[in-house]
Amino acid sequence: MMRNLAAGLAGLIFGLGLVIAQMTNPAKVLAFLDIFGAWDPSLALVMGSALAVTAIGYRLAWRRRGPVLGGDFALPTASQIDVRLAAGAVMFGAGWGLVGLCPGPALTVLTIGGPPVWIFGTAMLAGMVAFRFLPAPTGKSA
Amino acid sequence: MENFTPVSALIGGTLIGLSAVLLMALNGRVAGISGLLGTALFGAPGDRAWRICFLGGMIAAPLIMLLIPGEARPSLAVDITASWPLLILGGLLVGFGTRLGSGCTSGHGVCGLSRLSARSLISVLVFMAVGMVTVTLMRGSLAGLIAGGAT
Repeated sequence: MMRNLAAGLAGLIFGLGLVIAQMTNPAKVLAFLDIFGAWDPSLALVMGSALAVTAIGYRLAWRRRGPVLGGDFALPTASQIDVRLAAGAVMFGAGWGLVGLCPGPALTVLTIGGPPVWIFGTAMLAGMVAFRFLPAPTGKSA
Repeated sequence: MENFTPVSALIGGTLIGLSAVLLMALNGRVAGISGLLGTALFGAPGDRAWRICFLGGMIAAPLIMLLIPGEARPSLAVDITASWPLLILGGLLVGFGTRLGSGCTSGHGVCGLSRLSARSLISVLVFMAVGMVTVTLMRGSLAGLIAGGAT
């Protein structure tokens, strides 16, 4: 119960951050990616400040033996740089550049974004479903 | 750079970082949205509840912003120019690509880079570069720059 509440609060703060930074506006995201056009560096500042807070905060959090609400710290264990990582990033970058939406902002504006967001979101879910039909990599998991 | 909004970018980014730290400190989990969504939808039942709560909190955020009086409220604009076919293609690529590459702007970009993950660094460099190339090609920005000289 407490873990669910904590997650809901964290999600709310995450969404508020995206909205305040206007990262939920695809036009603003595309303006960052348009480095040869009317470039808007805002997204770099959003990522930079989020990174700085997280880099320091994570290390403070890890001073404890485990999370405040119990359980263990679950960190990704994969370390290999492989084709799946690179191909996934290429596909994601292309889709991101076509529309200006990535998963977080797409979900956050689900209620206020209107039909274009619903279409994008439905296609995004379809892409995630399609991925489940991709055979798992041989050897260790991704 | 007339659209640069450094103050709201710093405030928003700090909140995103705070959220990632809270989720790690309290629940011990990484705030990667594509992974959260994938597991919330298709994961084992025991893994779903807190992820659904996180995603629900995100969806509630703009609705809470609507309670702020008009002139004080930050812009809630969602300006999308992509046509329907491009929306569908973009969505498919983002959905499939983030699962294949194990993350997106949040999981690799914020959480992964702050853990100094080499995988995340490669991912971020690749998706940023491909995103920039895609926008440049779609808008013909580079061609316009060359043809028009200094703008």
